[in-house]
Amino acid sequence: MEKRDMGKPVLFADMLSSHHDTGSNYLNAKKGFLSWLFTVDHKRIGIMYFVAISVFFLVGGFFALLLRAELMQERIVNATANSYMISADHFNEAFTFHGSIMVFLVIIPSIPATLGNFLLPLMIGAKDVAFPKLNLMSFHIYIVGAIFLVYTIAFGGLDTGWTFYTPYSTETSTSVVAAVFGAFILGFSSILTGLNFIVTVHKMRAPGMTWVRMPLFVWAIYATSVIQVLATPVLAVTLVLVAMERLLGIGIFDSNLGGDPVLFQNFFWFYSHPAVYIMILPAFGVMSELITTHSRKSIFGYKAVAISSIGIAVIGFFVWGHHMFTSGQSALATVFFSFLTYAVAVPTAIKVFSWVATLYKGSISFTTPMCYAFVFLFLFLIGGITGIFLGAISTDVHLHNTYFVVAHFHYVMMGGTLIAWIGAIYHWWPKITGKKYSETWGRISSVVVFLGFNLTFFPQFIMGTRGMPRRYYDYLPEYYNFHVLSTIGSWVLAIGLFIVLFNWLHSIFFGKNESSSNPWKAKTIEWTDTAVVPIEHNFEKQPISTHGPYEFDELVKPVKTGGH
Amino acid sequence: MSETVGPDSAAWQGSFWLPQNASPMTSGQDALFYFIYSLSVFFFVLVVGFMVFFAWKYRKRKEGESTVDIHGNTKLEIIWSVIPGVLFIVIFIWGFFDWIKLNVVPQGALEVRVVGRKWDWLFIDQKTGAETSDLIVPINVPVRLTMSSADVIHGFYIPDFRINRDVLPNQYTVVWFKAEKAGSYPILCTQYCGTKHSQMVRYVKVLPKEDYDKAMIAAQGAGLTPVELGKKLFAGKGACASCHSVTPDKVRLVGPPLFGTYGEMQNVVHSGGKKETIKFDDNYIRESIVDPNIRVVVGYPPVMPSYQGQLNDKELNALIEYIKSLKK
Ligand code: HEM
Ligand SMILES: [Cu+2]
Repeated sequence: MEKRDMGKPVLFADMLSSHHDTGSNYLNAKKGFLSWLFTVDHKRIGIMYFVAISVFFLVGGFFALLLRAELMQERIVNATANSYMISADHFNEAFTFHGSIMVFLVIIPSIPATLGNFLLPLMIGAKDVAFPKLNLMSFHIYIVGAIFLVYTIAFGGLDTGWTFYTPYSTETSTSVVAAVFGAFILGFSSILTGLNFIVTVHKMRAPGMTWVRMPLFVWAIYATSVIQVLATPVLAVTLVLVAMERLLGIGIFDSNLGGDPVLFQNFFWFYSHPAVYIMILPAFGVMSELITTHSRKSIFGYKAVAISSIGIAVIGFFVWGHHMFTSGQSALATVFFSFLTYAVAVPTAIKVFSWVATLYKGSISFTTPMCYAFVFLFLFLIGGITGIFLGAISTDVHLHNTYFVVAHFHYVMMGGTLIAWIGAIYHWWPKITGKKYSETWGRISSVVVFLGFNLTFFPQFIMGTRGMPRRYYDYLPEYYNFHVLSTIGSWVLAIGLFIVLFNWLHSIFFGKNESSSNPWKAKTIEWTDTAVVPIEHNFEKQPISTHGPYEFDELVKPVKTGGH
Repeated sequence: MSETVGPDSAAWQGSFWLPQNASPMTSGQDALFYFIYSLSVFFFVLVVGFMVFFAWKYRKRKEGESTVDIHGNTKLEIIWSVIPGVLFIVIFIWGFFDWIKLNVVPQGALEVRVVGRKWDWLFIDQKTGAETSDLIVPINVPVRLTMSSADVIHGFYIPDFRINRDVLPNQYTVVWFKAEKAGSYPILCTQYCGTKHSQMVRYVKVLPKEDYDKAMIAAQGAGLTPVELGKKLFAGKGACASCHSVTPDKVRLVGPPLFGTYGEMQNVVHSGGKKETIKFDDNYIRESIVDPNIRVVVGYPPVMPSYQGQLNDKELNALIEYIKSLKK
């Protein structure tokens, strides 16, 4: 055998800062695996979430590629449930696996659990979150719930789709109870994190940090936390009811016992529609930070952007029925839900306009985070606009449960949240790791991801309007060409994402050390008041907020008098 | 796809975005679709246009160049809130009026009962009582479908008619259409329902009145021998064929193949877990149709739905005779 260095194993994360001469920071303050696993440092917890979520993303992504591969096979006349490379049952399990992982384990925690944890205390000038031990517990709960969910889906063959609709989910022979239990546990992680963040924002802001001096990312995380705390318990209750229905036959949803299966859908969407805002609001917050910093401008309409987050959070609770236009719910309710859906679309539109207006008369650098911000704007715009087709009752009737919906939510969740997440990791990378990354490969990745994404999902809009239903193992041959395009796109997208991953890994292992504590010359506290890499307790001395988050040095008052 | 593949649908009949609309009176969806579509393209080009223009015009030329401190512009912000607001209200109201049309069934519509189940459809013409597994309707006559499910929720979707409605157990939902063009149009399931969700494809056959009448008489099944009737039920109303093969090659589908099994010995497992070897006879067939999961052939999942109350004695008998006839 080869002779190996038998010294103590070096953690990835320990490597990050191993060559730093700048003295002690949160990465090298303590060493060893356990110093990470049982840390109460919000920054380390954020990083652990990041690693865990990334792993789940890779697993979920693998299943996406598998689904796409099956759909690319030429269609067979008189096909059976076993005609293609995997059987129909395995296909159904694969999309359930993909959807549940991506929604519950990736997109929902993505930005709040990683960057929310890392940045929130730093941005408001606090030493940590309000309840550091609770924060650690949330992480442990997340891991337990995640392992449960992955295990039961992988070995119990769950095949209900991520939506668990009854009565299918109370009748199928697969492991619904266990999976539901996993999602139930995960809910607690989400609730406790939300609670922690709300208290942190209320109680721990630095002197001088008034509400209107908070960075918009903090506003967004705050609004998200409120939804997490209010909506997630409903999901928990619903899942318990499904489990009781299966185990005890209590008859809440079973119409043979006088229950109502559509009630389940009401419960489920009462959580899951607000959940889509849990997914997207943090991305909105990220966008406001990236666009202002990389164009050296204050945000256009701070109050409108901040308050529209709260508006979206509130109205977002009253639109769940737009997922049920064809379910047989009352025709009158349907009309109200359609109306309210448009009411929530207005603040969303305002935000997009504000970001574009922020670019006006700026000094825009095409850094990697900014390239991702442009990708976000382009993709999210398409995602939002296609929501308009779905919000109108009559057009939704034709589009409901087709690939149009699939494309819509991938444009908003992946094109929106995930792209914002990648852009944000690039943006805060120097602060998190103390390393430089390759701008060239960063930009290349954004272009490859952009092209691959559109090639994957745009054809799905066309399939959808042409009547291709979702969750289909087999389909009519007229959709074949679109499926081929989409599958090829999925490979391009995968290559783009691997470039991102390699760029990060390369930076960790071979990247140059960042020398500046504020390479973007940003104005928020996490850049101005910390070392290159923050110390364990964030600040040497208590920071004081003396200016707004976007008062860049380059800004000069407009020449014209009478400006704002 | 399913056993009854419709006409070759290779040639695409619709426009780039939408399939042909063979029931244009049901609602005004297509017009609204194109209205939203035009607005979407306009606003998308506008916003992306500004984004690209600004990104290029205000790109950084040198380090530390000054930028203009603009915090907002109330007038502009009001304009870009009100304009989308108004357009949204127009779209909402338009969708609302279409919705009323979708829900109000014209007088004198032909009544058809629809039963969805894993994994097939059954259509019962209310006037003649004819039962079919493709939906057969006359041209230019409004048709009202009263739908329910025998098991889980299904979705009844005809893209070419722009109708889509969930089909629920123990509850009726209603849709209607008026087909104005003879032809054959796919019916797809849009609510995920398990293994063959994607393969429960049937067709609406829109026929001239005379052909429709003939088809209804044929569908009533007058003058069939029990074996013939059994064969028809097996492929049609019973949807047995979606899970059991009947060919000599004994292909394994969801349930056990039935060719050549009559009179043979079978290993079965009781719902309690006890195993037993029994003879595959008339009684076992009957039990398996009426209460299928009491004793299941070893190696197969207990997923077959019960047909209790859905098949009468004559039909049960016909199915048994048909299964007996499946031998060399
Ligand atoms: C302008 C904004 C938006 C509007 C008007 C809108 C509208 C809708 C409507 C009406 C549906 C139901 C369609 C159907 O099932 O027939 C839907 C589905 C969906 N939307 Fe949106 N949406 C918007 C933005 C978003 C955002 C920001 C997200 C998440 C980040 C999102 C995520 C989803 C998801 C996940 C589904 C489908 C869930 C499923 O059935 O599995 N949407 N949207
Ligand atoms: Cu929604």
